Amino acid sequence: MSNEIEAIKDPGLPAHIHRKADHDPVAAKRAERQVAILFGISSVGTVLLIASFFIPEDIFIFVPVMGSQNAHQLGLGLGMAISLFFIGMGAIHWAKTLMPDQEVIAYRHELRSEDVDRKEFVVAVKDGVEASGIGRRSLIKRSLGAALGLSALSPILLLRDLGPLPGNDLKETSWKAGTYLVTDPGDRRIRASDLEVGAVAQVLPESDDPEHRKLNDIAKDAVLLIRLRPEEFNLDAERLSWTHEGIIAFSKICSHMGCAVALYEQQTKHLLCPCHQSTFDVTRAAKVIFGPAARPLPQLNISVDGEGFLIARTPFSEPVGPSFWGRISS
Amino acid sequence: MTTEQRIGQVANYVDERTGAAAWMKKNLQKVFPDHWSFLLGEVALYSFVILLLSGTYLTFWFDPSAREVIYEGSYAPLEGVQMSAAYASTLHISFEVRGGLLMRQIHHWAALIFMASIVAHLMRVFFTGAFRKPREGNWIIGIGLLTLGIVEGFLGYSLPDDLLSGTGIRIAEAIIQAIPVVGSYLSYFAFGGAFPGEAFIPRIYIVHVLLLPGAFLALITAHLMMVWYQKHTQFPGPGRTEKNVVGYPLMPVYMAKAGGFFFIVFGVTAFISAVASINPIWLYGPYTPGQVTAGSQPDWYMGWLDGLVRMAPPLETYFFGYTISWNILIPGLIVPGILFTGMALYPFIESWITGDKREHHLLDRPRNAPNRTALGAMSITFMLVALINGGNDLIATNFDLSINQIMWGTRIGIIVLPPLAFIITKRLCLSLQRADRELVLHGRETGRLLRLPHGEFVEVHEPISPEKAYLLTSHEQAPALALPDVDGRGVKRSGALRNKLRSRMSVAHSEAVPKVSADDLKEIEHH
Repeated sequence: MSNEIEAIKDPGLPAHIHRKADHDPVAAKRAERQVAILFGISSVGTVLLIASFFIPEDIFIFVPVMGSQNAHQLGLGLGMAISLFFIGMGAIHWAKTLMPDQEVIAYRHELRSEDVDRKEFVVAVKDGVEASGIGRRSLIKRSLGAALGLSALSPILLLRDLGPLPGNDLKETSWKAGTYLVTDPGDRRIRASDLEVGAVAQVLPESDDPEHRKLNDIAKDAVLLIRLRPEEFNLDAERLSWTHEGIIAFSKICSHMGCAVALYEQQTKHLLCPCHQSTFDVTRAAKVIFGPAARPLPQLNISVDGEGFLIARTPFSEPVGPSFWGRISS
Repeated sequence: MTTEQRIGQVANYVDERTGAAAWMKKNLQKVFPDHWSFLLGEVALYSFVILLLSGTYLTFWFDPSAREVIYEGSYAPLEGVQMSAAYASTLHISFEVRGGLLMRQIHHWAALIFMASIVAHLMRVFFTGAFRKPREGNWIIGIGLLTLGIVEGFLGYSLPDDLLSGTGIRIAEAIIQAIPVVGSYLSYFAFGGAFPGEAFIPRIYIVHVLLLPGAFLALITAHLMMVWYQKHTQFPGPGRTEKNVVGYPLMPVYMAKAGGFFFIVFGVTAFISAVASINPIWLYGPYTPGQVTAGSQPDWYMGWLDGLVRMAPPLETYFFGYTISWNILIPGLIVPGILFTGMALYPFIESWITGDKREHHLLDRPRNAPNRTALGAMSITFMLVALINGGNDLIATNFDLSINQIMWGTRIGIIVLPPLAFIITKRLCLSLQRADRELVLHGRETGRLLRLPHGEFVEVHEPISPEKAYLLTSHEQAPALALPDVDGRGVKRSGALRNKLRSRMSVAHSEAVPKVSADDLKEIEHH
């Protein structure tokens, strides 16, 4: 359809070139030996695998390039690799040297059925539909549709107990007014003087049962304490009052996707989340200065009790962690 | 008893009960065309078998439970540490089960090879046009397998419950939670409550070892049956037409080659697993939401997604007290959704553009479909830029760059580079067509210089073989669709805008350097 001009003619399949093994019995015998050798190497590999299984696990050997290697692991792996790889090599060498290598031609048949069959199929479907009467009996059609639709509700209902509804769970943490900040790990209360200027510490709310903290709680409660010189802050009066002698506390759970914001750069006073590189400026209440996070890390309002131990003055003023649909609504 | 009699006895037993002899006779001689690129799909299939074998082995010891235990195994650095049973049992497989570490590494490497070979196979199918009628359905099954593979791989490396994989789950949870209206509900249903909870590991375990492998088996079976039934495509060349298949018979050549190739893939996977450590979970420690490893990286087939998330602008919308996190939704759901839907629909889009509804069994050489090849190069460029940004922290550390530069580089690059790749690739394809034309018309450059009597130097060209000339000219060059704005009676046709778009794209798609015809050659001979 495209070219009225004459195309270059198909010269047909090129003439077959015979291999040496096809007509030379010596070459064929050689190929046979090669295949047998390849299969033989495979068996050696299996022996190596079996032997390695019994090598004690604390023996290390030096392998050039790779350095010190566990002999047991390396032997098992190499044994298995050799035993499998050379079965494959043998089989393919066999196919390439000794099995027929003359290309053969098979013909394709159009996938489309004969016209008669296609017509008869349409008639059969039409007859079937008519015989069932689904077209005429609309009462059956509609009630069946309703029944099927309703029955599809049952799996949804039965899956309801996969989990509880979130309720206010995502908006609350264990931090209450007066909760002591304790070290993680260690669970010791902290005085302002425990933290030098420039230092950073991970803290958790004091718990009755510090041995068995739930991961679910840590996922919301983890807090970072950072101590700067008070004059280094660039905060409004309210946020400044949430700090104590240069100690500022932020939720450690990233406001982007909930990773632990674990990297603190002392020089620049930036907090960096290693997952997606959202960067927060500690001096400006963890304002986002780079990366995909849209919100600052929530700041925890802290103070000290009568004995000088750090406490939370109020709970977090906003939900911690990644955003969700109803995050700000009451 | 002769061999024939012995085979006959067995065959008789089976055939009298199944009537399979006629079908078997025909199919044992089924012809498969030979080309290295046809092995890519085979690698995927064999890695899947390796995954089933090694995965089953791992289930004998793995304990998919978030139950807290105190570690008492032989890995001293974690002695007495509180961890989940899932993590502890993974340590047990790695350190106490002989061959367990090897099997873990084989399982993980095979998963990476599985995904890599699927992607390579997809590219082969795309760039050669193998997805065209009648194989559109199989293309869609393939996209389904790729998608499932990404999910299955992610669930798999999440199971050991180490610090790195827990961080991955946390990110997945944040994506679920970001879905407007129902996000937090879906997350609470998936996790059985708040993140991380104790329900998630056992739940993803059953999805990873039963539900998805079942879906894989069903889809792979359908995929292969379609290949079998529709017969394999073949590259163009002398003697190869739309009506035939040139290659080797299943028995014995293909059985030996394909069977042997399975062992080679398994052997190579075992070798890599013997010498290259992967996912050393004992170094990461057990998961706890308050900690993270620096340089957190997903496996490579998730890397592009992570890269997109990293480069997203910090956008959130608040209205009536509700939050929409565009910074998560766009890179995490919307862009991947568009990419995968577009990919699945591509055979139909191309056939709409070209108006070509015929069957195609001869493959295209990529240069002869410049538009498609350029589109493929454009998509790969997009993915690569995203993937590079997914490793921006590692690139920054290793090449002493600032992460901000890489991030801005990829943010701009992901918009600028793909169209650039399109233009360059299309020009390259057309240049290659021009080179083909030159070759057919004037023959091969021999490198021999000839000095003519009057002093001029010319290079001697040698005519190419008729086989080669045929290969370089056998492709079809279809003209663009003619879609007039008005119909026969001068009335404007409906859908004018759609028609305009279609004819524009059709013109772009049919752009080509005219191939050499027999007449051109004759004319040259007269000179």
